[in-house]
Amino acid sequence: MNAPSTQPPFLETQNLSRTFGHGAQLVRAVDRVSFTVRQGEIVAIVGESGSGKTTLGRLLLRLLDPTDGRILLHGQDVTALRGGKQLRTYWRKVQAVFQDPYSAFNQFYTNARVLSRSLDVLETQPSREERLQRTIDALREVGLDPEDTLFKYPHQLSGGQVQRVMIARALMVSPELLIADEPTSMLDASLRVTVLNLLKDLRDQRDMTILFITHDLGQAYYIADRVLVMYQGQMVEQGPVEEVLQNPQHDYTRRLMSDVPLLRGRKSFFGQ
Amino acid sequence: MTTMTQTRGRRYSSPGVLGGMGRAFLLAAYSPRFLFALTVFLLILSFGFLGPIILGRHDALMTVGGLYDKPSSTAWLGTDNFGRDVFTQLMYGIRTSLIIGFIAGSIATTLGLLIGTTAGFVGGTVENVLMAITNVVITIPSIVILILLSIAISTRSIVVMGMIIGITSWPWTARAVRAQASSLRTREHVDIARLSGAGTLSLIFSEIVPFMLSYVVMAFVLQLSSGILQEAALSMLGLGPSGNVSLGIMLQWALLWESVRTGAWWAFLPPALLLTLIAFSLLLLQSSIDEIFNPRLRRS
Ligand SMILES: Nc1ncnc2c1ncn2[C@@H]1O[C@H](COP(=O)(O)OP(=O)(O)OP(=O)(O)O)[C@@H](O)[C@H]1O
Ligand SMILES: [Mg+2]
Repeated sequence: MNAPSTQPPFLETQNLSRTFGHGAQLVRAVDRVSFTVRQGEIVAIVGESGSGKTTLGRLLLRLLDPTDGRILLHGQDVTALRGGKQLRTYWRKVQAVFQDPYSAFNQFYTNARVLSRSLDVLETQPSREERLQRTIDALREVGLDPEDTLFKYPHQLSGGQVQRVMIARALMVSPELLIADEPTSMLDASLRVTVLNLLKDLRDQRDMTILFITHDLGQAYYIADRVLVMYQGQMVEQGPVEEVLQNPQHDYTRRLMSDVPLLRGRKSFFGQ
Repeated sequence: MTTMTQTRGRRYSSPGVLGGMGRAFLLAAYSPRFLFALTVFLLILSFGFLGPIILGRHDALMTVGGLYDKPSSTAWLGTDNFGRDVFTQLMYGIRTSLIIGFIAGSIATTLGLLIGTTAGFVGGTVENVLMAITNVVITIPSIVILILLSIAISTRSIVVMGMIIGITSWPWTARAVRAQASSLRTREHVDIARLSGAGTLSLIFSEIVPFMLSYVVMAFVLQLSSGILQEAALSMLGLGPSGNVSLGIMLQWALLWESVRTGAWWAFLPPALLLTLIAFSLLLLQSSIDEIFNPRLRRS
């Protein structure tokens, strides 16, 4: 884990900022955020509603341009990437899962079509057979039966199944970094654990790096190695998850903590 | 396993839109309002297009009697000011009106969809420029262009009429479509498609347009209806298609030859009623399309 200091961090942001609007309506959604992430880490970004978590995620995905600051992946500045062709090279390495699986799903498409389509981001287009094979493999990996789900539309599946299809979609191109923006908040409690465990397995088996965005400290505690706390667009605290949650330094983190049941080991959150 | 891959491989390439459309068609069968409106419209359509063939009326401008002959067994709805059969003229008039409405509606919907989607999806300067053009065109009434054109050229064909009405009426569709497209742009499936490597055109045609399909169908139906009414208004002012019969032209003749004052109701009432019926059936069709596509409005 201790990489030589000469090697650049896996992911780094420097003063990353994004504002919306002008003048009196100016919103600093993300305000000079700097942090680093190591390869294979699960990092949780926590914060209340409106603290800028989704905006930070969209900046890191390069779906939104920053107004200031830089993002470096393997020490390479990716904020300079422009246009579809350059961004596609980035999206081969960085993929995402979003909050609402139904609105993330093109309702006119089957699972097979949505999954196979995600391979369009690759440089050389795989053959039809290979697309289908990779789709089947990806569905298996997230615990879905391909025979049963391949040609279904989202309205024919449960919320938990659709979210797993969306995770499978993100896995199709074997990305190095997965940004998961509240992937469990639309799911009921029992499915939540399944999805969290699935993400953990991905890290353990594929050495995938995961940024897990949530407003739920319990889930952050369950899944993450480190936690970054956001408040009004700024990163107010960061550190190993146990340290931050058991000895919060910032006022805001303390207030967040008071909303959560007492921490007594990771499993206590799920009553297991 | 191989057979599964192969048999399903064929479906694999079939466009997914059909699935959604198929559902909509199924629901249509359960909407009595939709079926009623569609039946009325199809009856009018066949009256105009099949009627003359079935009844063997090949010339709407042939003289068969005198000035405003009363309805009789030969001329079912009497004759007009030139002694021509009104019933035959009605069939040809509907045909002309529908063709003009169809051309106008197609042009207006296509232009409105293209311009509105581009503006709403691309945003920024492109949106500002396109909307500025839209707002300029919205202020030009088709009558101005038609007056200028009738000075410039001596004959106005059906196609030219349809084109002029279409070219001057797309802005309303463009505005509505722009609003829809810019709200669709922020939906998560658009981001997912971008992350999947889709280019701008692919985004527009697979992530924006299918989601506006019901909206576009409704806009087309409304444009068709307003195209027919605009043709009638222009024709009554004497700016109709030359050398043709349309519902508007029949009304123009009836007005010019004082059928209202002389009590020749058969000259003005049938075309006026048919225009109303067409507009009514299309409006009903449009509102029931909304009912089919929008589950919240669906009746149980
Ligand atoms: N496209 C936009 N235009 C204007 N303001 C925006 C836009 N996107 C986000 N904002 C603003 O930026 C701030 C941060 O929003 P963001 O969605 O990143 O918060 P969040 O932490 O993800 O909240 P939640 O937990 O509710 O998802 C909010 O004040 C929001 O209103
Ligand atoms: Mg959010």
